Amino acid sequence: MINILKNRIIKGVVTKKICARLSGRIEPAGSELRSLIRKRFGRSLQIRQVDTGSCGACISEIAATNNPIYDLQRFGISFVASPRHADALLVTGPLSKNMLLALKNTYAAVPGPKFVITVGDCALDGGLFKGSYYIEAKIKDILPVVLHIPGCPPAPSTIINCLLDFLRADESFSQCRGLKK
Amino acid sequence: MDHAEFIAQIKDRFPGFCALSVTQNYADELSINVGLEHFKGTCLSLHKILPSPVMMFFAQDERKARGKFVISCVFVSFRRSQWVIVSADIPQENACFESLATEIYSASLFEREIREMFGILARGNPDLRRLNLHDEVWPEGNFPLRKDFENPRPADLGEYKFSKVDGKGIFEVPVGPVHAGIIGPGHFRFSVAGEPIVNLETRLGFTHRGVEKLFESQPLFSALRLSEAVAGDSAFSHSLAFTMAVEKICGLTVPSQAKYLRAIFLELERAYNHVNDIGGIATDVGFSFPAAYASLIKEAILQLNDELTASRYLKNVNIPGGVLTDIDLNKRKIFLSALKKIRRDFEELVKILYSSVSFLDRVDSTGVLHKKTAEDLGVVGLCARASGIPTDLRKYFSPIYKQVKFMMFTEESGDAFARLRVRVAEFRESLRLIEEFAVLLKDGHQTSVEYTLKPGSALGYVEAWRGPVLYWLKIGPEGKISRCKIVDPSFHNWQGLNFSVLGNIIPDFPLCNKSFDLSYPGNDL
Repeated sequence: MINILKNRIIKGVVTKKICARLSGRIEPAGSELRSLIRKRFGRSLQIRQVDTGSCGACISEIAATNNPIYDLQRFGISFVASPRHADALLVTGPLSKNMLLALKNTYAAVPGPKFVITVGDCALDGGLFKGSYYIEAKIKDILPVVLHIPGCPPAPSTIINCLLDFLRADESFSQCRGLKK
Repeated sequence: MDHAEFIAQIKDRFPGFCALSVTQNYADELSINVGLEHFKGTCLSLHKILPSPVMMFFAQDERKARGKFVISCVFVSFRRSQWVIVSADIPQENACFESLATEIYSASLFEREIREMFGILARGNPDLRRLNLHDEVWPEGNFPLRKDFENPRPADLGEYKFSKVDGKGIFEVPVGPVHAGIIGPGHFRFSVAGEPIVNLETRLGFTHRGVEKLFESQPLFSALRLSEAVAGDSAFSHSLAFTMAVEKICGLTVPSQAKYLRAIFLELERAYNHVNDIGGIATDVGFSFPAAYASLIKEAILQLNDELTASRYLKNVNIPGGVLTDIDLNKRKIFLSALKKIRRDFEELVKILYSSVSFLDRVDSTGVLHKKTAEDLGVVGLCARASGIPTDLRKYFSPIYKQVKFMMFTEESGDAFARLRVRVAEFRESLRLIEEFAVLLKDGHQTSVEYTLKPGSALGYVEAWRGPVLYWLKIGPEGKISRCKIVDPSFHNWQGLNFSVLGNIIPDFPLCNKSFDLSYPGNDL
C-alpha cells in the first residue's frame, strides 16, 4: 500500500504530461470530443472492439488509448465488454473467413441505433492480405461502416483525432440513422 | 564442423539409418535426406539423441518440377549450435507418411496442418481435425498450399467436433471467439466439474489469413512487409527471422553495427511486451494501479521506439543485409537517459507487485505447467524457461550475445508466478543488454550491405520475446519465394496453456492465459 501511495504522489497526473508535441493536439481535441459526445450520445459513447484477423498491432494501439496517458475515457468514450452495451463496433484486421459469422452475430447483438468504425489499413480492404484465399470481402460491403481510421497501425493520437473529426462533421454523422444531430 | 560422429550416433540409435545425402550448406544447418521408409526412424532417433522436440515440420509441393511432395522435420541441437533438418520425398499419388505424433507429441499439430494444407496424410495420427481451415466455412478436399490450388471447389461443409468429457455433473462452458477485452479471437471450450477445469480445448484459426500462401511469388520487399504483419507484437522478430533466412541464402555478412542495432531493437521489443504482460497479469487479478503503471512504461518504450525508428512497433527497420536506421551519438544520449527512467519506473512496479500479499497469493501456484509436460508438448521460449527447461537461442546461437555475457533465467515451479519472475528478470536483462550494445555502436559505420538474390533455401531463427520465431524460406530460380514456412512460438505453447489450467478454476483462466500471453495471429498465420 505504501508503495502505491508513494508512486501515486510522485507520478501525479500523467495524463496532462503527454509530450508537448502530442499534448497540443490531444487536449483541445479531447475537450471538443467530450462536448460533442455529450450532445449526441447523451453522456458517453460505448464501443465494442471486434478483431477479425489483425496482426495485433491495431489492438495494442486501441488498448493504448485507454492507458493513463491518452485516457480516452475522460472524453466520454469507453470500451465495453459486451456488444449489448455498445453504441458502436470498432473492427480491426482483414476479414478472415472464419470470423465472418462471428462479426455478423456481434453486430446483430448491438442494440440500435448503431454504427461501425474500422481501424487500420487491413480493415479497409484487406491491406497486406488483399488477394488471399481466406480473406472475405471488404468489411464495408458487409456492415454499414461510417468511419475508417487509417494507419498500420494508427497511433493512439490518430485514433482520437479521427474520432473527433468524425463527430464534428455533421454530414458523415447523419449516416448513422437515429442518432441526435 | 564435422558431422560424421553425429551421423554415427544416429546409426547407433537407429541401425536401419541410411541417408541419401548429408549436406551442410551453412555452419548452423545440417540437412539429412532420407528415404520415406527411414524418415520416422531418423526423426525418432534425433528426438532422443539431441534431445529436441519437433521445432518445425512442413511440406513442400514439388510436383511440377519433380513429381513429388517433400516433407521436412526440423530439430535443434543446443550443444552443437545447429539445426538438423530431415527431409524425405513423398510420391504424389496417395500421398501419405507414417505419423510421428504417436511417438513425438510435438509433431501432432504440424501433421494436422500438413494434412489440411497439402492433403498429405499422416498415417496413424489419431487426431486429424483441421486447425485453421474451419470445417464450417472451408469445404474438405481443397488444399490451399498446393501449387495448383486456385479457388476452393464447392463441397459440403462439415462441423468441428470438440472432444467431449462425459460424466455426472460435468458441464461445458464455451468462450469466444469474440472476447470481452480488446484482444484477438479464439474459442475456448471448458469442461468443468463443479469449479475445477477438467479439460480445456482451444480452437484457434480465427485469424487465419493464408499468410504462407501470400508469401509465395511475392517480391522480396513486399514479403518483408508481410512478415512484419504476421504477429504485430513481434513485428521486429518476424522480420528479423525472415531477413536472416534471405541473408543466409544470399551469403551476406551483416555489418557488426547492424547486428548491434538489431539486437537493441529486439530487446526493446522484448521489453515493451514483457512489461505489457506484467501489467496484463495485474489487470487479470483486478489490481489496477500496477496495471496502469505498467502501461505507462510500455508507452514510454513505444515512444522511444518511435523516436529511434519512426515506428512504434519497429516496422520498416529491417532489410536484407542490415537495418535502415542508425542510432547516432545524439540519439544515443536521449535513448540512454530514457532507459534510465524506464528502469527506475520498472523497479517501482516490481516493488508494488511483490509487496502485495493478495497479488502473490493469486499468482503463486496458479496454472502450473510441469517440466515433464512442457518437454513432451515441445513448449518453447519463455514458458519453457519458467518450467525449468534451459532453452534460449540467444545463448546458444548468437555470438554477439556471448560478447555481452548474456544471462539466461529459468525458474522451476512453472506457475504463473514463475512466468512473472522470468519476465521481470528478462526485462532487467534486456535493459542491461541494450546499454551494453549501445556502448558498442560506432558513429558513421555502415549499417547495411547490398545484396543480389540467389536461389536456395535456409532457416532463419530469432529468439523473440515469446520464444523462437522460425522462418524456413526457399527462393526459386527466378528469384521468387517458392515456400515460406513460419513457426511462431505460440504454435507450440497454446498446448501448454491447455494443460496448465487443469485443476484451476475458470476465474483463474484469464490469469493463466495472460501469463502465457500467446499470439492468435502468430499461431493462425
